[in-house]
Amino acid sequence: MSVTQQAVAVGQGFPRPRAASRKWFGGIHGADYIWAFAFAVPYVVIFIAFVVYPICYGLWLGSEPQLYTQLFDDPRYFTAVINTLIYVGVGVNLKMALAFLLSGFFMRKRWWIKALLVVFILPWATPALPAYMSIHWLLNGQWGMLNNLLWTVFGYDGPVYLNSHWMGLSANIGAYVWKNLPFWTIILLAGRMSIPQELYEAAAVDGATGIRKFAHVTYPLMANLYLVCILLDTVFALGDFNATFFVSVGGPAMSTEVLATLGIRYAYTVALPRLGVAEVMTALPVLIPLVYILMRKLRVSEGQL
Amino acid sequence: MSVTYGRTVATDPSFPPEAVPGTTQPTRSKKSRPHYRLRRHALEAAAMAFGVVLAVWSVLPIYNMWMIALSTHDGVFAGSLWPEQPTLEAFRVVVTEDFWYLARFWHQFGNSFYVGLSVMFLTLLIGSLASFTIGRMRIRHGWMLSNAALMTYVIPASFLAIPMYRIMQIYGLTNNLMSVVLALTTFATPYAIFIFSQYGKSIPMELDESARIDGANPFQIYLRIYLPLMAPALVAVGTYALLLAWNEYLYNFLLLSTPESMTVAVALAQFLNSDESPWNFMMATAIIYAMPPIILYYGFRRYMAAGLTMGGVKG
Repeated sequence: MSVTQQAVAVGQGFPRPRAASRKWFGGIHGADYIWAFAFAVPYVVIFIAFVVYPICYGLWLGSEPQLYTQLFDDPRYFTAVINTLIYVGVGVNLKMALAFLLSGFFMRKRWWIKALLVVFILPWATPALPAYMSIHWLLNGQWGMLNNLLWTVFGYDGPVYLNSHWMGLSANIGAYVWKNLPFWTIILLAGRMSIPQELYEAAAVDGATGIRKFAHVTYPLMANLYLVCILLDTVFALGDFNATFFVSVGGPAMSTEVLATLGIRYAYTVALPRLGVAEVMTALPVLIPLVYILMRKLRVSEGQL
Repeated sequence: MSVTYGRTVATDPSFPPEAVPGTTQPTRSKKSRPHYRLRRHALEAAAMAFGVVLAVWSVLPIYNMWMIALSTHDGVFAGSLWPEQPTLEAFRVVVTEDFWYLARFWHQFGNSFYVGLSVMFLTLLIGSLASFTIGRMRIRHGWMLSNAALMTYVIPASFLAIPMYRIMQIYGLTNNLMSVVLALTTFATPYAIFIFSQYGKSIPMELDESARIDGANPFQIYLRIYLPLMAPALVAVGTYALLLAWNEYLYNFLLLSTPESMTVAVALAQFLNSDESPWNFMMATAIIYAMPPIILYYGFRRYMAAGLTMGGVKG
């Protein structure tokens, strides 16, 4: 299976190849069971010790009802919920729409497009921490690079970006988009490249141009991949800690905190770990359906259900 | 297409039949051909202009990093677009550990490598073993294992941070690099299982069967047949695990707090504790920290793209 086929396979829920869906010849017997068991043990141990146990421990930590009254009395919590909704809603959809358009742009067959792609990947290759630190200084009102640039090129004196709630939140979203755009563009580019050229040719013979080719070939073949990408990125964005923690540093006055960062602040700045866990738990009603849908979409093996 | 049309019309005097050759046709082609060419050039120019904007957008924060790192201590606040006296002083300070935040820099750099390589090794080992039983031996409840992995993959790691911190205390692993190694292996292994299961489907079962007829036990099949044939997937997932560990901040920050046990990511973020920090030193540290992953990305770009598109995946 080629790389691109596999990329699209994600979108199509993994068709089962014939050869692999059968068992070992004659099944497994006797000593084989011991091997099979031994091979599974390391992962089972890791999963129980570092996933099941923390989850149960977290559920126990966040099980006291008065934690939730304390949480709902805190105005910072509601700001964080709204910020999270905006951050995830705008961040994910804006990024995916841009990634989708850019993947079409990168389909152009020009020498300079290849060179541009190499530069374009840079944000993805850079670790999040230094990149976000740099963006933080870039946006500094007094001596940040962006305002210097605006002043030099347009003679415009830019605002102090990170002193306002809306601009701070936009900066976080922008930084998140900046960092992850190349990655999703490449995923969608792989998806586009795996669409057989014959389909476009057939559509052209039938008289389809531009928008019709998109509506009847590109869209139906890309829709599922796009949806899976959106869902996956929603989960990633929901848990994204770095952008908010390093770009706006949660400020001004904790007004740009999202759920992922506020929980850590509760636990380590105010030393209320139980409140932090309770805060994360309030995301479960959204997280559980998401995880369920994603698991169905991404199921690794066909299973023996 | 349109250009070809124009050309055909111009060179074929019999089309359209009623037209007198050489009178109307050449004028039309003169008009249309430059027009189409112009439009195509305009489109190309617009695409290039967009490309330039895209390049600036991608590079600006990286450029900013270099600019600050190459400035002198006061030059950081000069407000110019390029330092007036670019100097490598900040890099010298980092490399020679000449500042108190950086007193153990190379030791911490080593810690980062240790964590990265351990996570890579454990992820490959545990992931390949698990995917071998699930995908090749097809044990009865294998689907439960793969669902467990999938669930771990889609749970945000930052949501588990607080209980994980407490649990590492219970296991007695605070300020021990093993705590970060184990936590990050937990988050990297699901992806490994996912990719290995996908990739393993392309390896014919007949190979396993003929090896079994020759008397090989499952471990020999795993070692001699499965692993060598999985090499491309192993490279892709190995790079992924290494980068995940190197780039991770939150778990490093929570679990490691002494200068001895810190990784570079935590040491770097320490600069933010004070408002008076030398930002040029910070950015020089940031650049040195960012170098290994960037080199790895560009070196293994083919494999990275392969691995990451195989599963539509963590960034």
